[in-house]
Amino acid sequence: MPVSVSASTQVYRGLKEAGVRIVSALPETWLVHLIRMAEDDPEMTLVRLAKEEEGVGISTGAHLAGVPSVMLMQNHGFLAAINGIVSCGQLYRIPLLMLISQRGSFGERDPWQTEGGGVTEHVLDALRIPFDRLDSPAHVEKRIAKAQTLAHSASRPVALLLCRDLMWED
Amino acid sequence: MRRVAAIQAIYPELERSVVVTIMGAVAAELQSIGHRPNFFYLQHAMGLASSVGLGLALARPELPVVVLDGDGSLLMNLGGLTTLARYRPRNLVHVVFDNESLLSVGGFPTATSTGSDLAAIAKGAGVPRTATVGTLEELRGAFVAAQGAGELTTLVAKVEAVGPAGYVTDLTLLENRFQFARHLKERLRKE
Repeated sequence: MPVSVSASTQVYRGLKEAGVRIVSALPETWLVHLIRMAEDDPEMTLVRLAKEEEGVGISTGAHLAGVPSVMLMQNHGFLAAINGIVSCGQLYRIPLLMLISQRGSFGERDPWQTEGGGVTEHVLDALRIPFDRLDSPAHVEKRIAKAQTLAHSASRPVALLLCRDLMWED
Repeated sequence: MRRVAAIQAIYPELERSVVVTIMGAVAAELQSIGHRPNFFYLQHAMGLASSVGLGLALARPELPVVVLDGDGSLLMNLGGLTTLARYRPRNLVHVVFDNESLLSVGGFPTATSTGSDLAAIAKGAGVPRTATVGTLEELRGAFVAAQGAGELTTLVAKVEAVGPAGYVTDLTLLENRFQFARHLKERLRKE
């Protein structure tokens, strides 16, 4: 499977350095290594979801209890979670850290992924969610740390897009 | 059974628990009995109260967590029951007030009015302890037993479709949210 192990390892390291202790996730191809790393890590609690919106609630509960967490999801999962993000995460000023695999961008071969890629960034903009792209190994850990810092200082949800150039080895 | 009386019946146990409620009538009725800093009212995001409770229970396994849910809310997140059951936190009691209607938006009937059985659904999802109760005595007994059992429990309390005159209280959402988080932080420091 050409999902990059080294990029996934870097992302996971960034999450650990940010103090993340709970990972909620719904599996998708680009996330498989990250999910396995969380599963194998005795310091991490992995919560496997039925639907991504639940992750908003889990991260909210974890944050209120003082435990940093991250939500791992595909961009279509992000689209499925929007009401929770707005009416829980934003309404209650929760510093959700969302890692979203940006499927459907240039190079995408799966026809069913091609709509989501075109709207994800526009939807993030419309929701006024600050986001950045993880598209090169040069900045992965740094951008995760910065995203986490802004989430907490602003007390608001933030997003990082896991991009093809980082995650996929063609 | 009236829901406000049902909340009153378990209120003594709520005082030492960490409580998450759904929006609207449940939040207003609990506040009418008496707000406490360990109560968090999720005034939107229907369906997510049980997920917030799961996050709290996993993050702080030493705290008794109580979720006060409703039929309309739970029906919006039935998948969440499978996630609750999967991790089955021992410190979580999930109470569902089932009035068979979406009372706060006109009283339209939910699917529990036509036979959907939320306790059976929870059981089917894998929640280890489930029950449906119809009286205050049954509720109080089942709730105390659930908190003592140390096992994830979903209690469905059948209640009348009546609620308070209004839903907006003088406790602002963010005040509640930051007070609740601060309470949990203080509690961690003391324990």
